Amino acid sequence: MTDAAFPHRHLLGIQGLHPPDIQHLLDLADGHVDQCRGADKASDAMAGRTVINLFFENSTRTRTSFELAAKRQGAEVINMQVSTSSVAKGETLIDTAVTLNAMHPDVLVVRHPESGAAKLLAEKVNCAVVNGGDGGHEHPTQALLDALTIRRRKGRLDGLRVAICGDVLHSRVARSNIHLLTTMGTQVRLIGPRTLVPRSFEAMGVEVFTNMREGLTDCDIVMMLRLQTERMRGNFIPSVREYFRFYGLDRDKLSRARPDALIMHPGPMNRGVEIDSDVADDFERSVIREQVEMGVAVRMAVLRLLAGNLDHTRRNQPFAGAGGV
Amino acid sequence: MALDVPGRVAYANARLLDPATGLDAMGGLLTEGEHIVHLAPGLFADGTPVGARVVDCGGACLAPGLVDIRTQLREPGQEHKESFKSAGRAAAAGGVTSMVGLPNTNPVIDDEAAVEFVARRARLIGLAKVFTYAAATKGLEGRELAEIGLLHQAGAVAFTDGVKAIADAQVMRRLLAYAASHDLLVIQHPQEPSLATGVMNSGETATRLGLGGIPREAEIIMLERDMRLVAMTGGRYHAAHISTEDSVEIIRKAKAAGLPVTCDTAPFYFALNELEVGDYRTFAKLSPPLRSESDRQAIVDGLADGTIDVIASDHCPQDQDTKRLPFNLAEFGGIGLETLLPVTLRLVHEGRLPLLKALDRITRAPADLLGLEAGRLRTGAPADLVIFDPEAPWKVVGDTMRSKSKNSPFDGHLVQGKVIRTVVDGRTVFPEGAG
Repeated sequence: MTDAAFPHRHLLGIQGLHPPDIQHLLDLADGHVDQCRGADKASDAMAGRTVINLFFENSTRTRTSFELAAKRQGAEVINMQVSTSSVAKGETLIDTAVTLNAMHPDVLVVRHPESGAAKLLAEKVNCAVVNGGDGGHEHPTQALLDALTIRRRKGRLDGLRVAICGDVLHSRVARSNIHLLTTMGTQVRLIGPRTLVPRSFEAMGVEVFTNMREGLTDCDIVMMLRLQTERMRGNFIPSVREYFRFYGLDRDKLSRARPDALIMHPGPMNRGVEIDSDVADDFERSVIREQVEMGVAVRMAVLRLLAGNLDHTRRNQPFAGAGGV
Repeated sequence: MALDVPGRVAYANARLLDPATGLDAMGGLLTEGEHIVHLAPGLFADGTPVGARVVDCGGACLAPGLVDIRTQLREPGQEHKESFKSAGRAAAAGGVTSMVGLPNTNPVIDDEAAVEFVARRARLIGLAKVFTYAAATKGLEGRELAEIGLLHQAGAVAFTDGVKAIADAQVMRRLLAYAASHDLLVIQHPQEPSLATGVMNSGETATRLGLGGIPREAEIIMLERDMRLVAMTGGRYHAAHISTEDSVEIIRKAKAAGLPVTCDTAPFYFALNELEVGDYRTFAKLSPPLRSESDRQAIVDGLADGTIDVIASDHCPQDQDTKRLPFNLAEFGGIGLETLLPVTLRLVHEGRLPLLKALDRITRAPADLLGLEAGRLRTGAPADLVIFDPEAPWKVVGDTMRSKSKNSPFDGHLVQGKVIRTVVDGRTVFPEGAG
């Protein structure tokens, strides 16, 4: 049966989700936090299910998080790390998808360096697809775990002021967070140089600041992004040294935010590039480790929901990958 | 292979449309052999000539066959995507009787032998007539001028680096100056490559999808630069597939200043906008990219006031291997031979252009631009004709297209205007087997 509170077959992005969808996911995930903190973490909610982690990009933390989330609910997990060094990345994607589909997995978690790859893959399979990050497009479970972290700490999402700082242009995390937070009534500010935060973001219902001190003023949450030098072609910033001077989070800039402002980072951090170690390791303010914990809970909720939704759709579906490859 | 020479054919009961003379009247047209020998309003009202085969047009439109000045035919080198034959069939089905191919084949058309190869191969097929451009620079590399004088003598109708811009200002300057001394036409793909590193129009949609943008300025800057070089050298210049509001304005001003400048656009740019990309639809990945709605409207205005001289299909066949990919990795381009007429007629149905003016952009204007003996209903002219019903509705279905590649950006769209018969040099080439 499709869960009426989450009537979706895949989780390809936050865009398109409504506030009740998001509430429901966060409520479920909240329950899993307690489960994971207890001595007996295991359940059999997903017994007999197969989850495949299909990763076309290197990732340890996201893959591990999905793997744990599936295993704690009794699912079988296969990890596939596909090399992206081959020229025809996309061809590999579709070929791999069609092959895996024939093995009847229940959920495919996919990470890929190109925007739109999860959507393309979802068209070729008849299992549920979770987007584990596609290029510069979306990373929905990251936004959900960020939201859960905020909600547990601040008790709500609406009415808060969140600053997302740094390399927004190349960040799927930023896009998913913008969609989620604006959907839930949170004020969102983007902070960075125009090369990394183009004006076109203003159409997404956010405020854009080029001056970090101004942008951080009275914020409840400071979300730092990793500078993604591997995705940059050309000159986006003159140097890391200069970037840190103007957009690195240090005590001085942080002092402009609210005194109880929390610091978040999706990891992995570049200390001394976008964040000062001193701030990153501040127990009072930094919730970076908590984010990792929430990640497992959120992914447990997502996997269970989608696997549950699958039953009644899949039987009637023809083999989706058969034609038009 | 010798083709049969057709005898006399009387096209009766037709709505004759000739943009060159403004003729729009019920009448008839007589062909003998490969040529038009007579046409007039009211002709055959009292009966058709004895001995002539009669084609009753049933009141449908009879116009000069379409002249499509921007196609990629993929032969030689990429026959798995398209060939002279498959493109010829697609053209015939689309009412196109003459088409001009870009030189970006493999090998590149930058020597006389290659030009002659195209002419010879295409003639044997006997569908739509095939003309070719030749490279403006050797190997399309944008560094040294190709032998454009000799290539012209071999039959190349104009010079372009195809889907690559002639980016180096000094090369473009010399090319225009040298072309001017032989009165040759240079065709530019106006896009500054250093700005065009993305995959779709810059803006809100690209930002949301996480795709790299190609700013409008990439086209605008190149056109502005080129206008200066045209003024400096006096070379004849044609801008291909313009896509932005500012581009129309730049060409408008250049024409007003008396510069020898013309331009075209493709149906994509007056019928579609960037929203067509939707959820990463690679069939909508085009070069230049689909732009904003206000740009699209400005292109329509440019066609209406004559700033944009020509509509060309920009037919660019891509197979599954190059389109069924994540958007970023897919190739640019869409096919267009079979949809050139109906999508152009949309301008008429929407009341933006009168029928004769819309037809002018795909018949007389492109033929005159390249000096082709085509695009007119005139006694003595080659009998290249299209008979069509401008109202008939149909749905574009990529998989049923005659082109070897099915990448139509109009896939699934409803259009109006159906080709009933296409005639090349007096012979019916569509429908197939109609004789």
